[in-house]
Amino acid sequence: MEKSLSFREFIITRLIQASGYSAILFVALIFFFLLKESLPTLGEVDLTSLFNFRWYPIENYFGILPLLTGSLIITLGAALIAVPLGLGTAIYISEIAPRWMREILKPLVELLGGLPSVVLGFLGILLVSPFLRIFLDLPTGLTAFTGSLLLGGIAVPTIVSVAEDALDAVPRAYREGAWALGATHWQTIWRVTLPAAKSGVLTAIMLGIGRAIGETMTVMMVTGNAPVLALSLGNLFSPVRTMTATIAAEMGEVANGSTHYHVLFFIGIVLFLISLIVNIIASSVVFRAKKRAERILS
Amino acid sequence: MLKLLARNRHTVQRLGFTLLTLVAVVTVMPIVGTVIFILFKGGSAITPEFLTGFPREGMREGGILPAIIGTLYLTIGTAIFSVPLGIAAAIYLAEYASDNRLTRLIRIAIINLAGIPSVVYGLFGLGLFVLFLQFGTSILAASLTLSIMTLPVIISTAEESLRSVPQSFRTVSISLGATKWQTIRKIILKEALPGILTGVILGLERAAGETAPILFTGAAFFLPQLPNSPFDATMAVPYHLFVISTQVPEMPIQIQYGTALVLLVFVLTMNVIATVIRSRARAKRQW
Repeated sequence: MEKSLSFREFIITRLIQASGYSAILFVALIFFFLLKESLPTLGEVDLTSLFNFRWYPIENYFGILPLLTGSLIITLGAALIAVPLGLGTAIYISEIAPRWMREILKPLVELLGGLPSVVLGFLGILLVSPFLRIFLDLPTGLTAFTGSLLLGGIAVPTIVSVAEDALDAVPRAYREGAWALGATHWQTIWRVTLPAAKSGVLTAIMLGIGRAIGETMTVMMVTGNAPVLALSLGNLFSPVRTMTATIAAEMGEVANGSTHYHVLFFIGIVLFLISLIVNIIASSVVFRAKKRAERILS
Repeated sequence: MLKLLARNRHTVQRLGFTLLTLVAVVTVMPIVGTVIFILFKGGSAITPEFLTGFPREGMREGGILPAIIGTLYLTIGTAIFSVPLGIAAAIYLAEYASDNRLTRLIRIAIINLAGIPSVVYGLFGLGLFVLFLQFGTSILAASLTLSIMTLPVIISTAEESLRSVPQSFRTVSISLGATKWQTIRKIILKEALPGILTGVILGLERAAGETAPILFTGAAFFLPQLPNSPFDATMAVPYHLFVISTQVPEMPIQIQYGTALVLLVFVLTMNVIATVIRSRARAKRQW
């Protein structure tokens, strides 16, 4: 009896341990399979034509630069919208709002985070893009800016929740100290609380931007999907196409093992690496901050 | 002079607070607006036939039953794989793992899983489950892909909830002669259950609304019958909404709004359940 109990305990402990390690396994598997399917690209397309201005797969033009710039310009636009809105809302929720207001706002922002991206894209097609076409007098409402607006909405909940956590974690004594010195609530927020929460706020911004770069369905539905090189801000108001949308739109139609197929996986691994870099930087900012806090406390 | 400055500071504060309040309102209004708008517009499309019928006339008439059933299957399939694995991983991190390099690596891996774009999960699912393991475009392949995507949400919320159980609970249980696993199973998991459940529902909510990961792993444009086995492809509500709002010309707007409404209600219900569980558990907590 004793023995079987400890044997069961042993097995269960091992199973739990294996589950814990599985996260590493999955990241490795994802990387391996992206690599496996994308490596042939390098043999089939030379690098100069891969990093080129023309994406026209039917005639074997696989220049991914228009897709890269498309992703970047939309993400930049989304960041310009989402960072002020997200940080403002986080500060409002954490520092200013009365309790009952907080109880309403937090679930609502969380709800926005849970809205499926197709629903946002659907509303983009039906409401946002016709509105922009008429309001800004554009030939089409399906532009990079439309994508930025909606992507901003997707990045906001991430920014709000991470930034709010960071602001919340600032010890109350910091604020009380500032008030005791005669600072107003407002001065305390800008001069004490925000600087103290800086690393968490930076993490919030990075994670928000990370979400925006990776978003697929919304941008595919509302940005018009024209693979043109977007180098100036003027491109914000014309159709563009992102890396994510290209994969989603074209993967269904290519033959497995063709050059086009490999190039789409190549774009996938570029996206994977971008998200890897963004997340590692974001999390190391957090780690550093933690270490500093521990130093101060010890 | 000092008095003027003081008044100034307070004017600045009042202006600043007003501005931030406006920002919060601007952020939240579209959310409320979106939900109300779709409820309002889609409401009239919801008939018994719409919910229980098959699409007809190139999906321009009839119902969306196969998509609804498909999304249910995918959500259940995702839960089957991700819930046990996610909770076990959370138990490992909260109760077993010591703070060493390996544990930090696990944490970095989880953060990265959470950040990988959904369409990249789709590519991975295509490469591993559909082609390499030869599951084909199927409910199984799509559910597995969605589960890996859902894992980080479940792991991190479950871990947080396990960690919030006071250390004294563990000490007492062990001192009474319980083994570590008995303590976890009978004491810790029971106390942490509401938090874990909240995380599971929020994770599954995301999976249910996703389109990109199932595009090439299990989603079907149109199927005349319901899937029979996990190896069949399936229709799904989010993908169906994408198809009828972009790929089908002359699609009646009513059906589009109705489909969006069904998806929204599905996701909202899960969201509300999660929120209610969490706030009730918080109110009941005695420690």
